[in-house]
Amino acid sequence: MDMERFERQIILPELGKKGQQKLQSAKVLVVGAGGLGSPAILYLAAAGVGTIGIADGDCVTTTNLNRQILFGHNDVGSPKASVAARFIADRFPDIQIEAYQEYLTVENIPVILPKYDLVIDGSDNFSTRYMLNDASVLFGKPLVYGAIYRFEGQIALFNAGKESANYRDLYPQIPTPGEITNCSEAGVLGVLPGIIGTLQATEAIKWIAEIGESLINKVLFCNLKDHSFYEIDLVPNEDAQKNRPKTLEVFLKTDYSVDCLTVADIGWKEALVSSNPKSSVFIDIREPDEMPRWSNSQCLEIPYGELEEKAELFSEETSVFLFCQHGIRSRPAAVELRKILRRNSIYSVTGGVEHPDSPVKQLI
Amino acid sequence: MKDKFLKVRMFGVVAEKTGESSLDIPFVIDTKQLTALLFEKYPQLDGIKFALAVDKQIVHENIPLHEGAEVALLPPFSGG
Repeated sequence: MDMERFERQIILPELGKKGQQKLQSAKVLVVGAGGLGSPAILYLAAAGVGTIGIADGDCVTTTNLNRQILFGHNDVGSPKASVAARFIADRFPDIQIEAYQEYLTVENIPVILPKYDLVIDGSDNFSTRYMLNDASVLFGKPLVYGAIYRFEGQIALFNAGKESANYRDLYPQIPTPGEITNCSEAGVLGVLPGIIGTLQATEAIKWIAEIGESLINKVLFCNLKDHSFYEIDLVPNEDAQKNRPKTLEVFLKTDYSVDCLTVADIGWKEALVSSNPKSSVFIDIREPDEMPRWSNSQCLEIPYGELEEKAELFSEETSVFLFCQHGIRSRPAAVELRKILRRNSIYSVTGGVEHPDSPVKQLI
Repeated sequence: MKDKFLKVRMFGVVAEKTGESSLDIPFVIDTKQLTALLFEKYPQLDGIKFALAVDKQIVHENIPLHEGAEVALLPPFSGG
């Protein structure tokens, strides 16, 4: 690496050449290239972290653009992990970038996680957060946690050394669907993940370069509305840890699916713009006699009742857009499929075929 | 003489449901009584999950409170 690039941070006595070398040899995995992941990845790369892994199975949508600053209008429909990797590789060719264009699961985590020294949680759902937390403990990796809600954020460094608390010590059990009130529909001020994701990058850099005090056994709450920070203390709790799988065998069998009962509704316009013919599919879940039909090679016809048994027909697709006549059946269908396929990129197209924006028209 | 009180801080969806981010309430002896009182005062909190911190320390069990203690209701956030 060209050391001149880091001159302004190397002259910090706390960092120095030694700290820079630590950053250069560090391997950081960022889970989720979204609102939190975008700024975190940017600052880690700018700071000279030598290897950055980016895991995200999602594709860019227009509604991401108010906060996911690695992406722009031309990226809509493209996979986030590879767009993010290209963005960084173009600017900093001396950094090793690994893009994982997939969602993390109990099966792929044990393959990916051991390759890294530290993990950043930039995910957007409880399933991934608990899974990643438990895996970090299992594989002994420090986890920089960050999460957001409307105008508020939480940041912590979990599992960093002995006697270091983790997410289970804060929230011992994965919430039940009834306890989750809001997910992607909660709304968020775009700059919020910018701040929280940047704080996550800060914690990662501090930990790697051994600078200052880390957020170990602490959780920092931040509220942009009244510019307040609230720091609480956390201690490892034996009872709370009983909920965590202690061996790889148990981890592999743990069901982390909870996910929101709130549905990911998507309008026709956005679904059509977001859909990439190579990685997404529309599914007409109506019965065969419901008219009009859509003759489109990107559209499968699978009635609601057969969705589960035929899931393998579309389980490889990045985004799945379900539609019916009025958008009534596609909502519960999307919820069920999200549970079965354990991912969130399954959408119900609002208003169905009868919606004014629908491309499925009666032939006159 | 000033009445005994507790300071309650609310975050995320808890603050949103109650419309309060900070309030003083009459003293009760422990966290169990405090949460019971809050659920009675704010029935809209029914079913909402949160962690409790007493004087900025996370607690998982019922613990006694002292006069003027600060109790924070901290719901989990999932967004990213």
